[in-house]
Amino acid sequence: MADHSLSQDLQLDSQGRLRHFLTIEGLSRDLLVRIMDTAESFTSVTEQTVKKVPLLRGKSVVNLFFENSTRTLATFELAAKRLSADVLNLNIRTSSTAKGETLLDTIRNLEAMQVDLFVVRHAESGAAHFIARHCAPHVSVINGGDGRHAHPTQAMLDMFTIRRVKGPDFGKLKVAIVGDILHSRVARSQIAALNTLGAGEIRVVAPKTLLPVQVESLGVAPYTDLDAGLDGVDVVVMLRLQRERMNSAFLPSESEYFRCFGLTEQRLARAKPDAMVMHPGPINRGVEIDSAVADGPRSVILQQVNHGIAVRMAVLSMCTPGGHA
Amino acid sequence: MTDLDINQLLDTLEAELRREIAARGLADPAMVGILTGGVWIAQKLHERLGLKDPLGLLNISFYRDDFSQIGMHPQVTPSSLPFDVDGRDILLIDDVLYTGRTIRAALNEVFDYGRPASVMLGVLIERDGRQIPIRPDCCGARLTLPPGQRIKLTGPEPLGLELREAASGA
Repeated sequence: MADHSLSQDLQLDSQGRLRHFLTIEGLSRDLLVRIMDTAESFTSVTEQTVKKVPLLRGKSVVNLFFENSTRTLATFELAAKRLSADVLNLNIRTSSTAKGETLLDTIRNLEAMQVDLFVVRHAESGAAHFIARHCAPHVSVINGGDGRHAHPTQAMLDMFTIRRVKGPDFGKLKVAIVGDILHSRVARSQIAALNTLGAGEIRVVAPKTLLPVQVESLGVAPYTDLDAGLDGVDVVVMLRLQRERMNSAFLPSESEYFRCFGLTEQRLARAKPDAMVMHPGPINRGVEIDSAVADGPRSVILQQVNHGIAVRMAVLSMCTPGGHA
Repeated sequence: MTDLDINQLLDTLEAELRREIAARGLADPAMVGILTGGVWIAQKLHERLGLKDPLGLLNISFYRDDFSQIGMHPQVTPSSLPFDVDGRDILLIDDVLYTGRTIRAALNEVFDYGRPASVMLGVLIERDGRQIPIRPDCCGARLTLPPGQRIKLTGPEPLGLELREAASGA
């Protein structure tokens, strides 16, 4: 977990405005609300015949993806293009770093091309922080997911989705996050965002092997029984189970996991009747969630994808030099 | 400045709009107000003119040409044009026409929703200080203000006009 004050110093400028977006930690409730408010106003752009606004015209955004992610890359690319930025997608696995160029060399070369903003996706925790610390002063960095550490834009689009469905008062909400909490950067960022927004109760539900030690220190209540964890909640967030966990002695088998922690309609009945079901994707049907629930009336999974564009437009416009909010 | 009567200005603007609509032979125009003051004025005019389509709202924040200087300010009210813009006659309404940059941004945004047959501009007050060649088709009053002063609509209920000291305006 990154040090809060360090994150704050790095993420905010001297006037407390967003300069980089690396982690939820250290950011104020007001700033998170402002991101959601800005995203709200971007939702109308998709209703236009020309689904673009000229806000970032002339700016260059580089999606620097060291790790595959179809959905995150696509939504960042669409978000930047809808802001009229020029977008370059770099798959670093096939680029110069594979030929021995260091990460800093790559950054320096891209900076020399007058890039304004990097979106960084990396398997190593702290990669986006590293780039933010070393890039030129006029360049901003957005974390598109780093290792087990953080996925702040995913967390913000989840918060935005919750706010749109349940209203702005997070204090009345009980939220259950179910799945591989130990390895999930999404869960970490969601927990931080929910805490900052003052969620009434945050539960994490997982087998003991997939819960971090002293998880309570994150401000959550741990459950190892799904039925108990879902009891009376307003929001259910299902996390993707990475299949490699089966091979790492964290779990006995997929079918065993589904039997104990898979979300079925029957299990969902324990939650409130109007509970919403979320999943950051991609879904493992029949592993962590049943198709009937994923495609059912309480699922907002596709809304989350749609909101991802508006939220990423908000963050891009707030981080881009000249766009500080 | 406070002696300007809002209702009288609205009466004049309404009369000018009616005259211009008749002169152009517009059968079914649709009205769009620019947030926020323009919407307050447009709400009154929309009612007075008895237009069929719901009022459209334009938030021009994302089309401003001074984004790199002033940055983003979250606008909770998004744009909403609840009718098909293609081929329509649009009545674009704002409160004060000053530099013309707001109207430039609004026109760009309207055209991103579709290609209107025509756009007619109505403003409550046209003041001096134009920076780009934009003129209203209809207005409630024309004013010349001393340097450094701007006129501001307050509202929505009751609507009022205030003279303020300011370095810039739109």
